[in-house]
Amino acid sequence: MAGKTLYDKLWDMHEVKRRDDGSSLIYIDRHILHEVTSPQAFEGLRLAGRKPWRISANIATPDHNVPTTPDRKAGVGSIADEVSRLQVQTLDENCDHFGIFELKMNDPRQGIVHVISPEQGATLPGMTVVCGDSHTSTHGAFGALAHGIGTSEVEHVLATQCLIAKKMKNMLVRIEGQLAPGVSAKDVVLAIIGHIGTAGGTGYAVEFGGSTIREMSMEGRMTLCNMAIEAGARVGMVAVDDTTLRYVRGRPFAPSGEQWQQAVDQWRDLVSDPDAHFDMVIGLDAADILPQVTWGTSPEMVLPVDASLPDPDAERDPVRRDSIQRALQYMGLSAGQAITDIRVDRVFIGSCTNSRIEDLRAAAEVARGRKVAATVRQALVVPGSGLVKAEAEAEGLDQIFREAGFEWREPGCSMCLAMNADRLGNGEHSASTSNRNFEGRQGAGGRTHLVSPAMAAAAAVAGHFVDVRELLNKGAQA
Amino acid sequence: MRAFTRHDGLVAPLDRANVDTDQIIPKQFLKSIKRTGFGPNLFDEWRYLDIGQPGQDCSKRPLNPDFILNAPRYQGASILLARKNFGCGSSREHAPWALTEYGFRAIIAPSYADIFFNNSFKNGLLPIILGESEVDELFRQCEATPGYRLSIDLESQTVSGPDGQTRHFEVDAFRKHCLLNGLDDIGLTLQDAEAIRDFEARHSQNSPWLFARLG
Ligand code: SF4
Repeated sequence: MAGKTLYDKLWDMHEVKRRDDGSSLIYIDRHILHEVTSPQAFEGLRLAGRKPWRISANIATPDHNVPTTPDRKAGVGSIADEVSRLQVQTLDENCDHFGIFELKMNDPRQGIVHVISPEQGATLPGMTVVCGDSHTSTHGAFGALAHGIGTSEVEHVLATQCLIAKKMKNMLVRIEGQLAPGVSAKDVVLAIIGHIGTAGGTGYAVEFGGSTIREMSMEGRMTLCNMAIEAGARVGMVAVDDTTLRYVRGRPFAPSGEQWQQAVDQWRDLVSDPDAHFDMVIGLDAADILPQVTWGTSPEMVLPVDASLPDPDAERDPVRRDSIQRALQYMGLSAGQAITDIRVDRVFIGSCTNSRIEDLRAAAEVARGRKVAATVRQALVVPGSGLVKAEAEAEGLDQIFREAGFEWREPGCSMCLAMNADRLGNGEHSASTSNRNFEGRQGAGGRTHLVSPAMAAAAAVAGHFVDVRELLNKGAQA
Repeated sequence: MRAFTRHDGLVAPLDRANVDTDQIIPKQFLKSIKRTGFGPNLFDEWRYLDIGQPGQDCSKRPLNPDFILNAPRYQGASILLARKNFGCGSSREHAPWALTEYGFRAIIAPSYADIFFNNSFKNGLLPIILGESEVDELFRQCEATPGYRLSIDLESQTVSGPDGQTRHFEVDAFRKHCLLNGLDDIGLTLQDAEAIRDFEARHSQNSPWLFARLG
């Protein structure tokens, strides 16, 4: 019998019951809630006279539409947008009512759901983790089975601590070799999406493996798994190793003492067996990956920074030709134009993809001693959580950013989806470290280019896209 | 949940691949704490010429005459014909809420994003998968035939059109059962409450740290 993949193991550990139709009841260890996709679920629960099954499984925080400006310190009542305020208040009320642990807007530990849960040790190896948010795949970086769910499922998990699911197929994305300096996990995942397409992972649980991943920090692995969903895969995962354990140890809700040893013994098995069967295997060479920039309106429309934009007329498939044409038109770009000729109006460094300490360090290294170009209207740095913010401030990163002309904000989703006041104007181009470049994602008519934190900082300084390695080679400016 | 058994309806063709949920319902409308009120903002950025704000009276807004759903011949459509990877992007269930409130009961496409596909079933919206060439053919027929209608029968898993052809589609047995009977998943799962409790007891023995109190 063939061995098991990491996904097979996680699945087997949580299967409550196999049902006649082939679907299963899967037990959920951790459920993360935020203000946008939970109100209707709580409402449903109350209307049906139901209670949460296990309160201690839940952790909540408002993130999607909290303001990131300092005046939010005045409290929830100070949120100017009435509907945003109501959503945040509703989350607070629901959590208070049911006794759910919530990091409220001005708690120093508040932040983006996918940043705070790992940070608190509320995400642990071997867990099933769900959240009404597609980027829940992030938590797979810990050797956990994690994916996004819809609001009906949020209600289902609250009421039953289970989900009805069908087992997915297994995919291995193996990346070997060393990344060039200035090339990060973000470039790796964009390159993967460029390679397999935004639907390439549909129906699969994807494990990222190979020497490049083993060398990667937890922050990098989270970036990678975060964007598995942009490749169509609800689940992205990385096997547990010493890097995982080092990150988890000592976190507030991580096991300690004797339980720590017991946990580690279990977690050591959270790797795919050498003879495990994958339904699909994709291999990439780390050395081939250059800094990436998306040029279109889907994350698969991505190219290395030294490339030029595609020509729709050279595309034979009519549906593809049409989407290239449409994307160029929406983005206000033309076939054959060099990526480095695209000018940027705003820069956003943040989001659950790239707002952790390592991301901010990488951006600060580029920004140090330089200035945001005069043509750039706004450059924002939005830490992923209050704790990331505090750590960055302790290292003086906020000073580097401020001196370079970046704004330094309070934690939240911010311009990633522009539900709060941070957004692009009509026709503006952004260099953004977020994960989606769909039409209007960062504001109606806005044109998003997804890049790594270092590339975003480089674009801020140059006023257009530029290969960050050129700046890094010149060394930090005094 | 609203049951789905048979449906006969007018078809509207949305000829774009990778239609994402930000397009289906832009995020400024997600601020609601209700499940209703999203229909008028379905495909907001394509459908109207101005930029939509939540709480606006949409009946007074300028319509984009080039957007297919605004064409007079597609008014009252209840079946959406779409291209591959429909519903990609965010997990927002507001997308199927907006589609159903607008009046859609079914979608026909070659493929869907997983989360959207799942969410649709929970809201009585049937996402039908047909082969790429079958979908191509339906697009051709629909565009060529004013008043083009299709009949969907979930029990027999078929789509039939005016060309006299009956096309078969696959659907998961459990989802079909729930949809045919309008069943609520939570009630069904709670019938297994004992199995869940047993599992939980074993699980907390094996991995007690998973059950630590937060806070
Ligand atoms: S940062 Fe962006 S992608 Fe991440 S949870 Fe927030 S809105 Fe979603």
